Amino acid sequence: MSFTLDRRTALRGMVNGMAVAVGLPLLDIFLDGNGTAMAATGAPMPIRFGTWFWGLGVNPPRWFPSAAGKDYELKVELASIEALKHKVNILGDFTLPLDGKPNLPHISGGIGIRTGIAIDSDRGLPGPSFDVSIGDVIGTRTRFRSIELSATGDPRNSLSGRGNGNLNPAEVSPAALYTRLFGAGFHDPNSATFTPDPAVMARRSVLSGVTDQRQALEARLGAADRQRLDQYFTSLRQLENQLDVQLTKPAPMQACVVPPKVPDLPVNAEIENVMRNHEIMTDLLVMAMACDNVRLFNMNFNNGASSLTRVGSTITHHQLTHEEVLDNRLGYQPEVTFYVDKCMEAWTYFIKAMDAVKEGDRTLLDNSLVFAHSETEFAKFHTIDNIPMMTAGSAGGRIHTGQYITGDGSPVSRVGLTLQQAMGVPVDRWGTGSLETNKIIPGLIV
Amino acid sequence: MSGPFRRRARGALLAGLLLSACTVEKAPQTAATPEASFAPMKAPLGQVAGMRRLTEAQYRNSIADIFGPDIKVAGRFEPIVRPVHELIATGASASTISPAGLEQFDAMARNIAAQVFAEDRRSQFMPCTPRDAAAPDADCAARTLMPIGRYLFRRPMTQEEIGAFVMMAGKGAGDGQGFYDGMQLALAAMLVSPQFLYIIESAEPDPEAAGSLRLDNYARAARLSYLLWNTTPNEALLRAADEGRLTDPAQLAAIAQKMVRSPRLEDGVRAFFADMLLFEKFDEMAKDQIVYPRFNPDVASALSEQMLRMIVDQLVTRQGDYRELFTTRRTFINRALGPLYQAKVSSMQGWVPYEFGDGDDRAGLLGQAGFLALYSHSGRSSPTLRGRAIRELLLCQPVPNPPGNVNFTAVQDVGNKAMPTARIRLNAHNSDPVCAACHKITDPLGLPLERFDGIGAFRRTENDAPIDTAGVFEGTAFQGNVGLGQALAASKSTTECVAGRAFQYATGRMPEDEEATAMALEQGFAADGYRIQALFLRVATMADAYRVSTPPLPKPQVAMMTSPHIREGDRP
Repeated sequence: MSFTLDRRTALRGMVNGMAVAVGLPLLDIFLDGNGTAMAATGAPMPIRFGTWFWGLGVNPPRWFPSAAGKDYELKVELASIEALKHKVNILGDFTLPLDGKPNLPHISGGIGIRTGIAIDSDRGLPGPSFDVSIGDVIGTRTRFRSIELSATGDPRNSLSGRGNGNLNPAEVSPAALYTRLFGAGFHDPNSATFTPDPAVMARRSVLSGVTDQRQALEARLGAADRQRLDQYFTSLRQLENQLDVQLTKPAPMQACVVPPKVPDLPVNAEIENVMRNHEIMTDLLVMAMACDNVRLFNMNFNNGASSLTRVGSTITHHQLTHEEVLDNRLGYQPEVTFYVDKCMEAWTYFIKAMDAVKEGDRTLLDNSLVFAHSETEFAKFHTIDNIPMMTAGSAGGRIHTGQYITGDGSPVSRVGLTLQQAMGVPVDRWGTGSLETNKIIPGLIV
Repeated sequence: MSGPFRRRARGALLAGLLLSACTVEKAPQTAATPEASFAPMKAPLGQVAGMRRLTEAQYRNSIADIFGPDIKVAGRFEPIVRPVHELIATGASASTISPAGLEQFDAMARNIAAQVFAEDRRSQFMPCTPRDAAAPDADCAARTLMPIGRYLFRRPMTQEEIGAFVMMAGKGAGDGQGFYDGMQLALAAMLVSPQFLYIIESAEPDPEAAGSLRLDNYARAARLSYLLWNTTPNEALLRAADEGRLTDPAQLAAIAQKMVRSPRLEDGVRAFFADMLLFEKFDEMAKDQIVYPRFNPDVASALSEQMLRMIVDQLVTRQGDYRELFTTRRTFINRALGPLYQAKVSSMQGWVPYEFGDGDDRAGLLGQAGFLALYSHSGRSSPTLRGRAIRELLLCQPVPNPPGNVNFTAVQDVGNKAMPTARIRLNAHNSDPVCAACHKITDPLGLPLERFDGIGAFRRTENDAPIDTAGVFEGTAFQGNVGLGQALAASKSTTECVAGRAFQYATGRMPEDEEATAMALEQGFAADGYRIQALFLRVATMADAYRVSTPPLPKPQVAMMTSPHIREGDRP
């Protein structure tokens, strides 16, 4: 393995500071002829799924392409994705019927898209978000089932969870994220040797000891509490799985390079800090995926009613959307649009970072499906039909890319259903009330 | 399993400590208390009537009380979702633990267990020394884990539980790791057990009412302790539960009365108001450094503490009338807050009492910079946000969300010389009847606070125009914050609201759903002169709060723990 060592040493020199987007190809020797499977084991390259959320929507006429179809036109607010346009789909004109329930501003939209349920009062997620269902299929064989991130510093800024008050809290500190991903417990998949850690084995047995308490407790529970306890034990089982993974020698992942440590940085809603934290978190997450420590993620760039601010401004992004004048000459709110542009700039950084990791003749982005969305169409009026959505990556060839797809007013739950099916979730009908659907988006799935 | 556990004679020291010597109750009772008597649970565990997840503060307080304040709890707590217009305490009754949250609890548990059984500390928690430090010792493990488990699970462990944790300790010690590594593992397992992470309230048949259930003694101990002190039951409470005294109304009342008089009530009152006033919002509060150069992280962290100190001083230390919380001129400041209040505090002083002058518009809870800053924008004040917070948090009157399609044209231009003050801008905005309906509810309560800017600093003018602080509440006109405080103090809604919140906080039930009980509580609160201790005492001793409405289980109760040999895994 001296070759690997040399290559890695060289890489470390290249990876200066935070930027760890690695452009090095997975050497063919490690892959089969098509670069889709590991030659050593024959196992297929892992397919990853994740969501990327931004709050407060866009200026629809400046963002949505004018016509549906392939090779869509890029409007000014999406101009930054130009280089990766062929790997991105734009989704528009889907609706979120509320069945007479109130439109809870900044809440109904994001939760509706993720759960297929129009909520009637805000008690957190009313049911499982679909990323969790996808994680049940693709996330069980990695050290982390999923990683949730919030670049604005609030752990409650998350749209992922199993419902019933369960929310996967988001990591808010890049330094803490580094420790979680690459601190104690991280095994370099390219290391020649592997020794199971006795401490991990001991912890594994401790957790199974806790699992043994399940029956005794369940026998004493009513139905509602039993459901909550089931969720606790599901979490426990997941933690046990993570430890099982750590007791197994990982398959080599040639793009995997342990990134350098991350310093403690200010974590708050100030836009320049958010941009920086998002970039660092992205780089760490991308490397955790390149090392196959995680295959599922939820990145929250800002929050629903966005609290983003910038130095010298008296109000937040959210307040601006309501209070800033719609400039008659421009046709949009210039201050608000500053933040829209920042969101799209961050999104572009994210997919470029994923695309910079080579896996054979593909990239990490190609082997992934990333679903990006907001919670509002046009924030000034809290509109929730035609909420902007995108996908990036082809999920290893399962998804067509490079098109603008319109839903023609059909329910947005079709998106969740289609993405779940693309990722192998055995579900043919999804959503409740008017959001219930069995119609996937045919143009999306290969 | 080692030999039978013998119930040791009760120590006179502890019995004395229990409920008489209030002053020493502030000191933590650790599991190492030498005279404590411990035995496995004899009666079968009852039906679970409620499960509430520990809050971060409750977790920290419990660990500090059981193992001592020098044990560090390092980690990130999964937040409990607050249902809209409700308390985190009610959210905790519906909250479960996510995989990421459990990962954190697991890391914390290992870290705490390592500290407890570290060489320099372990003797505090161990009544025995292992025969051979390099090998398992079931007897010593059991004698050590039983008292710890009794504190962590807030009841004696069952024989099966003890057996399981002792076996874990033995397995952990067996691989050449040594006795203390095994103990660490067993303790870590207890700390991630749902028995610890959830306050599990269990019920027993009610002898007074055939066929119905009531909370059992240990559930009552936990209820009292977390309600009144925001921490785990101490030895005194567990002992009272051991002896079945907490199902006796008279004894329950006597014990609750002593707890309410204890200085530890301060912790309970802090937790209650932090929940009622949405203090988690302080974590997200952002102020613009250019607009408010006097604002910095020290100021930010002092704001919530100032409010809590003022609340505790008025309601606990002075045993004052709740209504005076809105009019009192007494507060506390520290050096960080000095410039904001234009007061001098030397760096040596720390927190010092401070009294606002008679001519000052500062008084009461609403004159605290924390409240004023929390309900403002990042760069300016907001009469609407402040008014809404007063309505929702202090009067329990939910305000509807703004309609989706809002025209803010009139309020948007804060630099407009023609509309220099928030009042003028809001008046223009409210020419739209759709908006006016809600602003009529919020703004008359927020505009009187306009002499305080977005971080709560005093000002006389906005854009060089004088600020009009006239307000109206329940038909009475007044001026400024002082007038607003007096109006709130005079309102029945203010006292009804806090009484209802206390009921909800203690029981997880909504006062609107149980009007008779809530009304009786409010009347009692009035009869007690609106003293918060008396309110908490009533809530803690209401027979109604201990009744269990859970329908009976479909199958017979089983209190057995599964054999540790049987591996779980066939369940999803």
